[in-house]
Amino acid sequence: MALTKEQIAQRIAKELKDGYYVNLGIGIPTLVANYIPKGVNVVLQSENGLLGMGPFPLEGEEDPDLINAGKQTITTIAGSAFFDSAMSFGMIRAGKVDLTVLGAMEVSERGDIANWKIPGKMVKGMGGAMDLVASAKNIIVAMMHTNPKGESKLLPNCVLPLTGVGCVKKIVSDLAVLDVTPEGFRLLERAPGVSVQEIRSKTLGKLIAADDIPEMKFEG
Amino acid sequence: MNKVVANADEAIRDINEGAVLMLGGFGLCGIPENCITALVKKGVKRLTCISNNAGVDDFGIGLMLQQKQVRKMISSYVGENAEFERQLLSGELEVELIPQGTLATRCMAAGYGMPAIFTPAGVGTEVAQGKETRNFNGKDYLLEYAFNADFALVKAWKGDPDGNLVYRETARNFNPLMAMAGKVTIAEVEELVPAGELNPDTIHTPGIFIHRIFQGKSYEKRIEQRTIRKRS
Repeated sequence: MALTKEQIAQRIAKELKDGYYVNLGIGIPTLVANYIPKGVNVVLQSENGLLGMGPFPLEGEEDPDLINAGKQTITTIAGSAFFDSAMSFGMIRAGKVDLTVLGAMEVSERGDIANWKIPGKMVKGMGGAMDLVASAKNIIVAMMHTNPKGESKLLPNCVLPLTGVGCVKKIVSDLAVLDVTPEGFRLLERAPGVSVQEIRSKTLGKLIAADDIPEMKFEG
Repeated sequence: MNKVVANADEAIRDINEGAVLMLGGFGLCGIPENCITALVKKGVKRLTCISNNAGVDDFGIGLMLQQKQVRKMISSYVGENAEFERQLLSGELEVELIPQGTLATRCMAAGYGMPAIFTPAGVGTEVAQGKETRNFNGKDYLLEYAFNADFALVKAWKGDPDGNLVYRETARNFNPLMAMAGKVTIAEVEELVPAGELNPDTIHTPGIFIHRIFQGKSYEKRIEQRTIRKRS
């Protein structure tokens, strides 16, 4: 069984370490906040100007001045801080943010990422993604292994315009957990019931897989 | 020093065709609503707008796009505006998409009197095309120039007649940077307080950067994505 989006988020949350400052992108990455392990204290950075992002507000307590980078209403927590956009990207550029989790349309076997533009079709812009991928120490991509047409999103080379070069360290897809290494995608874990053969058939980029790849385990 | 003007119409009186504007805000949060309404009323055209986003179809800069007042947008993310996408794909609107941190830092450079900055954002992508690249300590950086804007339109929570400003929560975003960067900076505030009422220790933008300030009215402060959790 391929993972649900919630399970992808749940698996990524296991990568969080105590004391991390973390930037979560829009979409599946946002869900990671729901699965932060007990005893692990992380601070979420929202690049529009907040450290210490709290949960969504209770109904009736929404504040239009308090949003995250996805323009969603949010709350602060004890210890939160506000700042302007230049300081926000100062934190990012200077490497103070320990982990960035973001979505992707394509990732290459060298860790290039494309996620902001489909020429002639979709132009939304890169937002803060290019700044984040150019400077983050550790980048995990959360995405579906294939696009809606069933084509691999893990490629020898990205076809779409790049967001960043050689920056992705790890991918958690609905089928697998993979590290990006100098030799290519290294398969670490597979989704429950998904075979190495299936992952191989849906990975166009170079895949390195040992004979015995463990299945991911989910509690509850 | 008294920089108070009566209203948005008076504040933007000399913004004319072809002007280059900075507009504060992230999404619809902290945008200069009153100035945008006044610009739509004035109908001034061929504007260049530097703003992180382009509003939505019927609010924010989207209102100016509807009236075809914008010739060029310089933004980082424009995903929430169908009319924007239509004008872009049809070639009516010129658009320069740049990384958000680059946008912020090009505003900052202008406000700090620096001609340019180096950033790694966009190295190896189409953003780097035609730009000077320099290697520092083994890593490549792009040379990005400070913006040169005729007017900066910013929105603050509180302000005083000297132009001192205080922003609220994440409505701060690009506002303090743009406030420092405009040749003429116009501030609209939710609450214009008498001189001496703001604690000097808490002022985000000192009045020296502000040329005109006015008490805004009828703030809608529209929420783009209303997300809530249920009461248990």
